[in-house]
Amino acid sequence: MALDEGLKSELQKQGIFVLPFEQIYNWGRKSSIWPLQFGLACCAIEMIASAASRYDLARFGAEVFRATPRQADLMIVAGTVTKKMAPQVVRLYNQMPEPKYCIAMGACAISGGPFKDGYNVLKGIDRYIPVDVHIPGCPPRPEALIHAIMTLQRKIANQHLDKENRPRWYNQQSETEFPIPSYGEHDLLPPVNPKVWHPPRNYRDVTLDEVRKT
Amino acid sequence: MEGIEKIKEVAALAVPGAQIEIVNSTPAAQQPALLVNREHVHAVAKFFKEDPRFQMDFCSCVTGVDYLPKADKPGFIEVVYHLYSVAQRQGPIVLKVRAPRELDSCRVPSLTPLWRGCEFQEREAYDLYGVKFDGHPDLRRILMWDEFTDHPMRKDYAPPADYEWEPTPHDDTLQRSAQAGGIVPPTAIQELEKARKK
Repeated sequence: MALDEGLKSELQKQGIFVLPFEQIYNWGRKSSIWPLQFGLACCAIEMIASAASRYDLARFGAEVFRATPRQADLMIVAGTVTKKMAPQVVRLYNQMPEPKYCIAMGACAISGGPFKDGYNVLKGIDRYIPVDVHIPGCPPRPEALIHAIMTLQRKIANQHLDKENRPRWYNQQSETEFPIPSYGEHDLLPPVNPKVWHPPRNYRDVTLDEVRKT
Repeated sequence: MEGIEKIKEVAALAVPGAQIEIVNSTPAAQQPALLVNREHVHAVAKFFKEDPRFQMDFCSCVTGVDYLPKADKPGFIEVVYHLYSVAQRQGPIVLKVRAPRELDSCRVPSLTPLWRGCEFQEREAYDLYGVKFDGHPDLRRILMWDEFTDHPMRKDYAPPADYEWEPTPHDDTLQRSAQAGGIVPPTAIQELEKARKK
């Protein structure tokens, strides 16, 4: 920022705010998030509680729950994603206009949760669509969801319009459609979108084969 | 309503040829059941529904049970119906019928023509256990998708091997993850090593 801080402060006293365009643009985006009105299981009840008067999501500008993906820019995956439901979740995400974001709410949406070993439960929606914020909890309290919204707001505020971490929408090369899995004979096909998800590899993770070799 | 012995006697008299047997679960339950052969289960159920002494007008529950083969006897799939009478405020009468585990011959007559409420529950038993109900008006999968070919509540069902990443694996899951070449945190590996040493 080339603007002199002293000058900026003087101008502010006169009611003139000088900001980079990016900053005010992102301020507008982050202060008016329209979530998709879409719940899958018990986490949705907490999401409803967050939007109601006691916890009042309206304080964060995210109270306009839209019943159609065409008018929403945040998908809160609230609840267990069954394998039968997963293609519909991906399809809904595809139908949302860019720039769009996704919060995976609760143990089930981030990993399958207590139903992980079930034959019918997807082990986390991040296997098919990119998730911006994961909230653990079973179910997470409304405060946790509000914290996730605030985290997302920080993420939006820090996105550049023309640099490396710009939203997908401003990046011509990036994909905006995610392949919808089809129903297979034993499982969803493909079971995971490798462009979006891969098993985490960092210094703490080792495969069992590697351990056996040592 | 009389005791189970009497009910069996009455039903056997009303449906000639029906092989009815009193079976009790182990440990013995409060409600012994009537095991009826496949050919006569529809007639016996119809008798319980229409006879003025029973008037079983409500089938509350259809359940599938999978019994794996043991050394001396073959396995079977059992379908259990719980019948109640709302009119006479009595019940339940528990009807059981058995079919072989092999998918082709795993067939029992549907009781949906008698109680419409059986329709979805029989579809569920078909979906999860692979029991085909002869005479069912609309036998499709109800929980899993139509393209699915397995019957996941059977005891020999093998789930897809998607254990690439197990953050908190334990017991069976840890073993399965090991077989699938999965990635687990080192603490879990220590546990596995410990279990192996034992």
